[in-house]
Order: sequence, then structure tokens, then C-alpha cells
Amino acid sequence: MWQTVNDKRPVNLDIGTIALPITAYTSILHRVSGVFLVAGVALLFWLLGTSLDGPEGFEQAKACLASFWGKLSLWIVLVGLSYHSAAGVKHLVMDAGIGESMEGGETGAKLVLAATAVLAVLAGLWIW
Amino acid sequence: MVNSVTNLGRNGLADWLVQRVSGVVLLAYMLVVGFYLFCSGSDLSYEQWSGYFDSTFMRVFSTAAVLSIVSHAWIGLWSVSTDYLTERLMGGRATVLRLAFQAASAVVLFTYLVWGIQILWS
Repeated sequence: MWQTVNDKRPVNLDIGTIALPITAYTSILHRVSGVFLVAGVALLFWLLGTSLDGPEGFEQAKACLASFWGKLSLWIVLVGLSYHSAAGVKHLVMDAGIGESMEGGETGAKLVLAATAVLAVLAGLWIW
Repeated sequence: MVNSVTNLGRNGLADWLVQRVSGVVLLAYMLVVGFYLFCSGSDLSYEQWSGYFDSTFMRVFSTAAVLSIVSHAWIGLWSVSTDYLTERLMGGRATVLRLAFQAASAVVLFTYLVWGIQILWS
């Protein structure tokens, strides 16, 4: 366990045993969405590469985005991107010293969730 | 114990800065390409689309975006792996597990780098 003081990453809280605030959940979701996007960005690379490969490739990419599963996949990636971006902007705001209190953090977390909901609806309207 | 020998910037402050700069580049890139797609609508043709990405500005900006994705993702995956794939959470095999995860991440991200450059410059 973590008995040494020269441990480079000492742990002073066992988060598995305490109730977590909303900021903890949005932070974990930021990480989960980031790891998800490492895979999800492959769809965007494929769409870009195929659509720039020539007129046939462009039509192929268009056909993919006209299919239900193509639309759904792109929407899921865009929702992940929306959340990750909103949470990233919140980080930049907090880096500027804004919203660093507990209440500020909770407000920020709620704003990130609200912004994601709006962006998810907008992305859905745009795709369908 | 987790040694920081595999992080991108050699120290936490450098990683922090690279993460912010690459994030801002990607945010700007998404807004620019998203705005173009939104304005073009559904009657976007292949000629317009390929012409847009043929411009020097978009080639350079897209290359910056690809480099940003790779460095941003490396710092993120490194942070996740050094936080969770630890001896405290994973036991004695944590170091092997973490290095295997980081090696797999490096292969995936290097593939994105080559793929992205190939799309933009060939």
C-alpha cells in the first residue's frame, strides 16, 4: 500500500469510500469521453480521408452519412466531442481563476452538462 | 510507484501547457470546419470540399490539428494510465500492464499521425 513518504504519487483520499460531488462525476466523464474519443476520432479520420479520396469516395462518405447507423455513430462521436470540449473550456475558465470555489465548481459542472445537452440536440438536428 | 518517464513534456507543467494549447487548436479547428460545413449545407460538392482542403491554410491548419490530437491524446491517456494502472489498484502486474497500455496507445496514435498526414498531403 502507500506507506512511504517518498512515493511520487501519494494518495491521501480513498475516493471509493466517500460520497462524490457532481464535480467528481463530470471530471470522470471528461476522462471517459476523452478515452472514447481516441477511438471515435477514427470515424472522423475515415470520413475525411474517404471524402477527399475522389468523387466516388465523396459519394461513399455521403452514403455512409445517409444511413441510420452512419448518422447514429457520427452523432455519438459529436456528443462525446461536445462534452469533452465543454469540459475543456471549463478548465480554461478555471485556469483564469474563475469559478474555483466549491459553488463555482458545481455551477461550472452543471453548465458543462447543460451545454452538452444543447449541443447534442443541435448536432442531432444537423445530422437528421 | 509510478515514475514519470513516459510523459510527453518531461514535467507536469509542460504537459499542462501542451494540453491547453492543443485543446485550443482543436477547438478552433472544430469551429472553422464546423462553420464551413454548416454554411455549405447539403449541396456541398466534391470539387468545393476537396478545393477547401487543398488550400495551403487548411493543409497547415489540419496538420496542426492532427499533431494536436496526437499530443493531446497522449497526455490524456498517459494521465489515465498512471492514475489507474497503478500497484495500489492493480497489484504487482501494474507496471507491465501500464507499459503495455502505453505502448498500445503509442501505436494507435502513431497510426493516426501517419494516416492524417497521408490524407492531407497525398
